Amino acid sequence: MSLLLNIAVDGIAYGMILFMISVGLSVTMGLMRVINLAHGAFALVGGALAHTITLRWGIGYYVAVPLAIAGTIALALLSERVLFRRIYRLGELQQVLATIGITFMVIAVVNRLLGSSLLSIPLPASLQHSLDLGFRVLPAHRLVVILAGIAVIIGLVLTLDRSRFGTRLRASVDNRNIASSLGINTDRIYAATFCLGAGLAALGGILGSELLPIDAYYPLRYMVLFLIVVSVGGMGSISGSFAAALALGVLETASRYLIPDAGTIVFFALVMALLAFRPAGLLGKGMT
Amino acid sequence: MARVPFLAEAVMLACAVAAFYVFPYDLALITRFLVMILFVLSLDLVLGYAGIATLGHAALYGTGAYAAGLFAVHVSGDPLTGLAVGAGAGALLAFASGLLLMRSHGLTLLMLSIAVTLICQEIANKARDVTGGADGLRGIRMEPVLGIFKFDFIGRTGYWYALAVVVACYAVLKIATLSPLGLSARGIKDSAARMVAIGSPVYWRLVTVYTISGAIAGIAGALAAQVTQLVSLEVYAFNLSAEALIMLVLGGAGRLYGAVIGVVIFMTVHHVAAAVDPFNWLFIIGALILSVVFLVPSGVLGIPAAISDLFRRGNDAARP
Repeated sequence: MSLLLNIAVDGIAYGMILFMISVGLSVTMGLMRVINLAHGAFALVGGALAHTITLRWGIGYYVAVPLAIAGTIALALLSERVLFRRIYRLGELQQVLATIGITFMVIAVVNRLLGSSLLSIPLPASLQHSLDLGFRVLPAHRLVVILAGIAVIIGLVLTLDRSRFGTRLRASVDNRNIASSLGINTDRIYAATFCLGAGLAALGGILGSELLPIDAYYPLRYMVLFLIVVSVGGMGSISGSFAAALALGVLETASRYLIPDAGTIVFFALVMALLAFRPAGLLGKGMT
Repeated sequence: MARVPFLAEAVMLACAVAAFYVFPYDLALITRFLVMILFVLSLDLVLGYAGIATLGHAALYGTGAYAAGLFAVHVSGDPLTGLAVGAGAGALLAFASGLLLMRSHGLTLLMLSIAVTLICQEIANKARDVTGGADGLRGIRMEPVLGIFKFDFIGRTGYWYALAVVVACYAVLKIATLSPLGLSARGIKDSAARMVAIGSPVYWRLVTVYTISGAIAGIAGALAAQVTQLVSLEVYAFNLSAEALIMLVLGGAGRLYGAVIGVVIFMTVHHVAAAVDPFNWLFIIGALILSVVFLVPSGVLGIPAAISDLFRRGNDAARP
């Protein structure tokens, strides 16, 4: 019983991290029908900024995290204007190549500035103490991750369902051309969504640095993981990403606890089986 | 260029022979070029001719490498039989995974192909007793090629052997791409829907093309295993698949010789950049990819056409 609860808690925390990092990718990919392999770079940039601000400049965690996220969003806006905007028009293969190229360059820049060692983000004392949940002692940080994930999904769902921006975004995802001919500025919607996704990736990267350690090769190492969340959840679907991220988090944690020798193999075999039967993912509408 | 038959091929062969005499101390490196050329050629068949974007070609390469390596360690050190084993292993995996992969497209296909590679890598990693796990497969001892040419320390035999294999595979690929199968693959790339309409079994054609490509990729892996006498988990690396894709697009896909040019440019840049700055060469590579994608989308071979286009456009603009 306690094993199951352990798996649940660790798996859900892991899933929340995956969700926060991947959801922006899912929405932008659904919106622009673009294959973006460089999304993990924003999580890396967020983590690297947080590392620099806390450790090298000595500013407190609670100030550093919003600063790092804001910095990432600024960089995302810039890169969207300069680079990504040109990538949407390219073919599928060129998109893959261009975003791999961007990933390589981000890795090289981070490597140059901060070195190839682990970029730790020290937690404040308030997040380091442990909470007793009855069945196990849980680091407070784990709980913050889960709460942050829940806050993000609630915030996103409310934004999408209730706000004017959400209505326009949904219209653009469903049919970009008609949305644009109805007078919706889809370029601006896309830039805003891209920045939101980058900001969430930075948040996920910073909060998740205990589970997915940050170093220069981060975007390449976890690229597959983020893309799996998107393709399993279905492109453009926030609830799909949430379900997929949680399921994958719990599944991978469970297979590591229960069958440590073959965990990864089973994990990828299950993902393949799912994609074979549902190529558009759990809740996706398909690419065509 | 089209007037003299096989001009491009003859020039490339002459360059390869000349390279042996120009770089006598870098034979290991230029043999590595040849292996990569063979690997990228196999990708060209899938991507350039059939239009399938995959990021998991290393799975076929790595499986060929492990199959040939294990065959050399446990059964026989004969190089040519080893190549056949590598080709068989690559083709088998390509056929089995192709049955699944060729049903999908776009992101799903990319994900599935990456997943196949990761599963292979994990199996090789966990089957430590057989493959040596993270330490790599050691103890590969090769017998002389055809019983005559011994593998020497400097790599002379290795180079000629690799060159002969590449030339033979190039010929096979050339024939395959000119055959009805190759032509229908081009048709599928241009419009799968119309190929279905004229009665072409698109799915099985794609599986066939993928299987042939798997055999060639398997030979490339086997060649690498035999020449370096080592197989490590690196053969399944994601970077290998990605770099092969980059090299192919750099040279120009769908031409075969474009693959050769792409490999030579990419690996030369890689080698020089890594020698100048061992830590930041990735930046150069990334910049190279972006400039290819944005400036010369049809590869280096498209540059002359792009320049003449530019002039023609300039003239058009000048005319009132």
